[in-house]
Amino acid sequence: MTTGAVITGVGQSAVGRRLGRSGMSLTAEAVLAALADAGLDRADVDGVSTWPGAHSPAPGFSGAGVFDVVDAFGLNVRWFSGGSETAGQLGAVMNAVAAVEAGLARHVLVFRTVWESTATTLAQGRRASVVGSGAARVNGWTSYLVPFGAMSAATWAALYATRHMHDFKTTREQLGWLAVIQRQYAGLNPKAVYTDPLTLDEYLAARPIAEPLGLYDCDVPVDGSTAFIVSRADATSGLNAPGVRIEALSSALGGRPDWFSYGDGSEMMATEVGRDLWTRTDLRPSDVDCAQLYDGFTIFTLMWLEALGLVPRGESGPFVEGGTRIDVGGDLPVNTSGGQLSAGRLHGFGHLHEACLQLRSEAGHRQVFAAEVAVVAAGGGPLAGALLLTRER
Amino acid sequence: MASPQPDGSGHPPLPELELDNRAFWTGGGRGELLISRCAACRRWLHPPVPVCRYCLSTDVISTPAVGTGTVFSFTVNHQPWMPGMAVPFVVAVVELDDEPGLRLVTRLTGVEPADVRVGLPVRVVFEQHEDVWLPLFTPREAA
Repeated sequence: MTTGAVITGVGQSAVGRRLGRSGMSLTAEAVLAALADAGLDRADVDGVSTWPGAHSPAPGFSGAGVFDVVDAFGLNVRWFSGGSETAGQLGAVMNAVAAVEAGLARHVLVFRTVWESTATTLAQGRRASVVGSGAARVNGWTSYLVPFGAMSAATWAALYATRHMHDFKTTREQLGWLAVIQRQYAGLNPKAVYTDPLTLDEYLAARPIAEPLGLYDCDVPVDGSTAFIVSRADATSGLNAPGVRIEALSSALGGRPDWFSYGDGSEMMATEVGRDLWTRTDLRPSDVDCAQLYDGFTIFTLMWLEALGLVPRGESGPFVEGGTRIDVGGDLPVNTSGGQLSAGRLHGFGHLHEACLQLRSEAGHRQVFAAEVAVVAAGGGPLAGALLLTRER
Repeated sequence: MASPQPDGSGHPPLPELELDNRAFWTGGGRGELLISRCAACRRWLHPPVPVCRYCLSTDVISTPAVGTGTVFSFTVNHQPWMPGMAVPFVVAVVELDDEPGLRLVTRLTGVEPADVRVGLPVRVVFEQHEDVWLPLFTPREAA
């Protein structure tokens, strides 16, 4: 079983803090790199997909939309898609898969650009990741959070963390090990933003943000763009790059899609996604060679480990403790680029980029030996989506 | 000492009042925590909606909840997310006594952050800001 879609090109701009470049500038760099990687001419691109599109008013949250990119690159596409109500950030990739499967496009350019680090400076401190900080009144689902001071995903994630700790005796130290190991990986990633070693003591001593989460539980806003070419499997002959096959995807949405009513409070929509993913493949969780799991906050990665069946429910804390199981030579290397905690918040697209490098054996000193199957998951709370990828033979 | 609140110039934005949510945000003016409830199957529904997700009845009415519950989860927020916001303050998920699983997000008041725990019994108190009565919660013994 596979979806019939292959990632035939990957590209990424410079990634960093306060690069002082526009979203479009970063996007251009990533898109050109992805086209060159695939060996495609822009005339070959007949689809465009992005998350969340250009609609967001928050500074730097969206660097470019579909129309911006189509116009800037002089594309003529037959199909396009943007928007935030998808199965997490990877929903843009899933839409592309659906498009090539349906015959609506042969080569879809998929991208995600963030430039919150620079935009925050320009917007005099107002952050894209803080909801309602610039508005007089809030509406929709955020109105049941923001008026009480729950204005950031850090606060929302902390509510899960408290409950996970309550239900399963998960500890701060266990969360810390994830941050420590990811920093270690970041030291092997030339593009990572934070590469100095992080000790568990430093993690524990860091200032609290939303207890039980502290500074090093939170990902770091950066500027950067990541782009992919998602192609029909029968349209890949003659292309440059080794293909990465999209074996299965999951976009399930069951239960209550909010931040406080789903399930038993120590799980999130990821649970639905994980359950669904394995019904679409013959592969099993034990086949996964490396996992790139969303880490907007450390607790999310632990919850994804459980949701995807990589670790039994409630046992993610002990699994990451000590770090050896998730390290590069361990049972299940996790977030091998350094993830969003240390490499930078590329909103799930960094995780997909890393998975492609791993499956193409291009991950340098952090390469997982004989990586053939990777799982990528993005999102927190009601946002959740996962991709299962294999190395094309 | 009551736990600090994100007050003054740094108070977070208020909710926009709309057709379906007005009762929830203004019931505090009468001292009532008004929650949507299905008149057909009697299940409670939050956030407010005009259709019952359990039986699909559209006979949904805003109904006074008992106003008591327990802390389901919480976080002590230390980060000032906007200028002028006083910290720390406690954001909590409260499960209302009316029905298992009926939860809402709120802020706790009248309690030291260090004294908050999962399972703490709480009751609603209202804090008016303009035309909105925010349902906050405080420990029940502190009545």
